[in-house]
Amino acid sequence: MTELIFFVFAGIAVFCGISLVAQTHPIASALSLIGVMGSLAIIYLQLGGEFIAAAQVIVYAGAIMVLFVFVIMLLNAGAEGTSLNVSSFAKYAGIVLLAAFLGLISFIIQATLPKTEGVVFGAWDGGTAADVGRKLFTAYLLPFEVTSVLILIALVGAVVLARREV
Amino acid sequence: MNFLILSLIKAAIVAGVLLTTLAYLQWIERKVIGHIQLRVGPYRVGPHGLLQPLADVVKLITKEGVMPANVNKFFYLLAPFVAVALALISISVIPFGPQITIGGVTTYMELTDLNIGVLFVLAVSSVGVYGVALGGWASNNKYSLLGGLRSSAQMISYELPLAIAVAAPLLLVNSLSFRQIVEYQSGFWLGFIPRWNVFPEVLGFSVFLIAAFAETNRVPFDLPEAENELVAGFHTEYSSMSFAAFFMAEYANMVTVTAVATLLFLGGWKAPFPEPFSSFIPVIVFGLAGLIAIFHGMHPARRKDKYTLPAAGVVFLGLAAVFGLSLLVPTLQTILMALFWFCGKVLALLFLFIWVRGTLPRFRYDQLMRFAWIVLFPLAMVNLLVTGLVVALSSK
Amino acid sequence: MPGGVPMSWYLILSAILFGLGVAGFIYRRNIITVFMSIELMLNAVNLTFITFSYQLKQVDGHIFSFFVMVVAAAEAAVGLAIILTVFKNRETLMIDEVSSMKY
Repeated sequence: MTELIFFVFAGIAVFCGISLVAQTHPIASALSLIGVMGSLAIIYLQLGGEFIAAAQVIVYAGAIMVLFVFVIMLLNAGAEGTSLNVSSFAKYAGIVLLAAFLGLISFIIQATLPKTEGVVFGAWDGGTAADVGRKLFTAYLLPFEVTSVLILIALVGAVVLARREV
Repeated sequence: MNFLILSLIKAAIVAGVLLTTLAYLQWIERKVIGHIQLRVGPYRVGPHGLLQPLADVVKLITKEGVMPANVNKFFYLLAPFVAVALALISISVIPFGPQITIGGVTTYMELTDLNIGVLFVLAVSSVGVYGVALGGWASNNKYSLLGGLRSSAQMISYELPLAIAVAAPLLLVNSLSFRQIVEYQSGFWLGFIPRWNVFPEVLGFSVFLIAAFAETNRVPFDLPEAENELVAGFHTEYSSMSFAAFFMAEYANMVTVTAVATLLFLGGWKAPFPEPFSSFIPVIVFGLAGLIAIFHGMHPARRKDKYTLPAAGVVFLGLAAVFGLSLLVPTLQTILMALFWFCGKVLALLFLFIWVRGTLPRFRYDQLMRFAWIVLFPLAMVNLLVTGLVVALSSK
Repeated sequence: MPGGVPMSWYLILSAILFGLGVAGFIYRRNIITVFMSIELMLNAVNLTFITFSYQLKQVDGHIFSFFVMVVAAAEAAVGLAIILTVFKNRETLMIDEVSSMKY
């Protein structure tokens, strides 16, 4: 059952990833990215990260991608016109080489990783909100405060940059 | 296998009850707004307009679905689908009652109880913005685009005070699961005040309700879809079943948000009075309603309601008899009492939503956004800080 | 079942998504699509963190992943504001045409 869920959602993630790169219209790319994030959230649930799965959907798919979709709609971005000024041989060779490279990487990963036990849904329950919160506010308190300052800087920067010149 | 069949049965019950409730919620809304405005509302289709939702469904199904030219067909058709699917999914983590045992099968009165139930509802409402944004953009119409963008900006702005208002009772309860939040609210202070979260968290409850009005695009925050402002906003170009889908999504969002408010703040299915008295309240309420309906039906001045009001009275008395009989059967009593209190509280909050719709004027869009960022968000933060301070000091 | 899904498959999925992100970053001309490929790469890295957190049975990987999400949010906000400004000045979204410093 775990394997079935993994294959289905990994397949959806890879399909949406390919669609992100191959689609011409930016909105279609944005929806494909939301598909990737949703299937990755399910895979995080499988790996015992229930808080991080919910955070992925709330923050990434529900806020960051909404921002992307807004900007695409506001700028009225249409489908791309003519493609790159490279020969189609380079494009197709690039795709083949990318596939070969990924195959090589997969073989290396699979051969060198120690054959520990596999992932079973529910085998590890240390990813609850309580565990994440406990570690976040004791051991990682300084990075937490620094990221809150970072968000404040980004907020002020975005407001200043996108302000209409009165 | 037992678990699978049980879940399928529960899913069928919840889906059927929810879809019927959505149709009759529209009937309730039209009658209540009609009576607020000193008119009767739907009256002719069936007794007191009770078959009006059926007539509306038939009309919407048989209407011609016009797709405007030059739209992107995939997104145009995807948007209502996404809106409805997400609005109906969030009901699956809402518990309706305690653990019950029917004929040897012990189960909880809910579809599932996630450890992160509250986060799940917040996540689904975050992603629900896409139905509105895509619907507005895919219609190839500048009014729809404006309405869609305004509506989605409003929804994501009000998600922030909503989430922070939700965080305050979570500090008290220390759990994200809805069932444990309701279990925390059992018991009584001083013997008669129920331990609901609304009593320490009045400000949080008000902020949550106001943010909920804005999340579901209801008056006074419904400028993006008002008919005299933006030609019905993001669902201008949708007709027949697509429009019905957006409509259903809005009512389902309303039901979800009131159910979450009931679970988080109003104690879920826990009765407000101590146990021996609270079992008799449904019998008394329904009995009184039945007697009043029969009395008014017999009055000679109401010729038109000569048969309908006494019929309604008989129905109410029948319900009172059912509740009275259930006092003798304990398993039936837990189910019926839990459902009575939960649905009673949800219906009271829905009546508040409809009452506000019939009463208040709507906000202008810049007033609406200013209210979110300058008034509601600081209030929610203050509520969270004070709650955190009290919890930290009292657990020394 | 005793075995479950081998952990290397999660890392392979992460590598594939990262490779696709790099391909999108290099191939595409629309600046918003390039930005979305960067987000795809960040998601792939998040998956790697969570997989190793499962292997070592510690929750620190989840916290790193959380920080990556927060930084991605800040970066998306500022990056999109910059894109809006570039669009206002150059009136194009194709990165090939934003090639000279002076307009």
